[in-house]
Amino acid sequence: MAKPGDLKLQDGSRIAVIGGGPAGSFFAYFTLMLADRVGLDLEVDIYEPRDFSLVGPPGCNMCAGIVSESLVQNMAAEGINFPPSVVQRGIDSYVLYMDVGAVRIDSSRREARIGATFRGSGPRDVKDVKWDSLDGYLMNLARDKGAKHIRARVNKVEWDADPATIPLAERRLTLKTQDGKSQTYDFVAVTTGVNTALLKVFQELNIGYDMPRTTKAHIREYYLGDQAIEKYIGASFHAFLPTLPNIEFAAIVPKGEYVTLALLGEDIDNATVDAFMADPAVKQCMPPGFEFDKIACWCGPRINLAGSAQPYGDRIVFVGDSGVTRLYKDGIGAAYRAAKAASTNVVFHGIAREDLAKHYGAFCRAMESDNNLGKFMFAVVRQIQRFRFSRRAILRMAMEEQKRPPTAHGGMSMVLWDMFTGSAPYGDVFKRTLHPVFWSNLAWNMAVCLVGRQDVSRPTQSALESGNQ
Amino acid sequence: MDKGALGKEYEAGTVIVRQGETGDCMFVVQEGQVAATIEQDGQESMLGLLGPGDFFGEMCVFEKQPRGATVRALTNARVLTVDKKGLLRQITVDPTLAFNLLEKMSARIRTLNSQVAWMDGEQNLRK
Repeated sequence: MAKPGDLKLQDGSRIAVIGGGPAGSFFAYFTLMLADRVGLDLEVDIYEPRDFSLVGPPGCNMCAGIVSESLVQNMAAEGINFPPSVVQRGIDSYVLYMDVGAVRIDSSRREARIGATFRGSGPRDVKDVKWDSLDGYLMNLARDKGAKHIRARVNKVEWDADPATIPLAERRLTLKTQDGKSQTYDFVAVTTGVNTALLKVFQELNIGYDMPRTTKAHIREYYLGDQAIEKYIGASFHAFLPTLPNIEFAAIVPKGEYVTLALLGEDIDNATVDAFMADPAVKQCMPPGFEFDKIACWCGPRINLAGSAQPYGDRIVFVGDSGVTRLYKDGIGAAYRAAKAASTNVVFHGIAREDLAKHYGAFCRAMESDNNLGKFMFAVVRQIQRFRFSRRAILRMAMEEQKRPPTAHGGMSMVLWDMFTGSAPYGDVFKRTLHPVFWSNLAWNMAVCLVGRQDVSRPTQSALESGNQ
Repeated sequence: MDKGALGKEYEAGTVIVRQGETGDCMFVVQEGQVAATIEQDGQESMLGLLGPGDFFGEMCVFEKQPRGATVRALTNARVLTVDKKGLLRQITVDPTLAFNLLEKMSARIRTLNSQVAWMDGEQNLRK
């Protein structure tokens, strides 16, 4: 068995990245960037059969496509600035809808720092593509750093020598593709996401990998046109906390002339989607008389509920959804952070299982702990939703805060902002709720709403647009 | 402003940061051009022009000092704010995030070194 630090990448080492979504492109980009800084000459191949320039499912990686506030800022610090051709809408605020009212919450800087993007080149009914795919853009960044894109689907991964008799230092992983070709690599990064049958192949590899626990989400695209988007949706992320049992959270996000509807929760089926569409809050958000059955594109991707317990092995790492990602939110930001943790690990610390367990494993465990806190917080939100007065209290508190300049602790507005935009770890959101000012304000608003019976006034569309309730 | 544009738009001539102010963020130019100037003994000197991809205000992120220069939009410009607290926190988790900033700051020191050497040479010639 290789001792920690024994097995390292060397000049000429070959790396395969299976999957060319954000996790794969980030891993390839940062591995090559770090290797270049330390004078290490690596060869990186990205296996991705999709053509991201195609519209509809053939070019799409099935995701709501939100680039979080923290990722936009981190990428800018890395020297990567998302161009307007890739971001279909800069988001500067969100509107939270509940059955008792709605509140618009502006970003603390009053600045568009969340990006709404298409992962591919847009919904299937697009005739004239006016934008670039996020996945295609990130893939091009990796290619500019020196990665090679191999347009092929991997269907088999195996050792090139018997693990029972040949030591790790002398064996490599061989990838076989559907077109019958095969290549051998010193290290493999699996960045396929969870919507693939390939993950079962890695369980058969006996490296200790177990697949993440997943559930089914629901994503739809609707065509609204420029005028309706400007009038009804604006540059806001519209978030819903419906009282339906298996929906944790739903959102309508503007993207160019379209909006994306994303429903997150457990095993969302068509009946749940129909019930959500019938919600008055959803109808309030969309143009009057909008026909919800005129769907431009839709998908039911699997999303993670719990990550893999061991997303690494000798000469292999699982990055993004196939490994560990954030619960419900900021999947692209989680892919960035995981890809960087994995890249740093393989360039500086080694590629044996023990090396990955020590460094990348610690990162994954921290993210899973944060997700567990997130589960607890969503459970608290469910309890709050059970009582009308507590729902009113939350909206009232956020509305009152929006009338004043932002405070250092952020209050309910920042708790909601970070919880629903995915801009901060759940641990940070939880810490915000421990502030004494937060508790005293919440208690006051609870008392007011318990005594008073009136719902928080439902703001008009123009008030939501201007942020003035 | 383009619908897909990130950051905040500043009209030409608008002051984005002012020398002497305290700061809790740095900025990255997304579009347009901005000019950094410094005022000393009542005289304003141009430090440089910055364009897309360039950042400014980073000194406030790494040291607890007021803004060292005034930065104005030279043309209509779009600038993204990067929060100090979030950036420092991410750097503690992922120190490699600072590589790009260090590289650019190092390049600025290199340019300043060249300018000091050139000015020194000019002074020696005058003597």
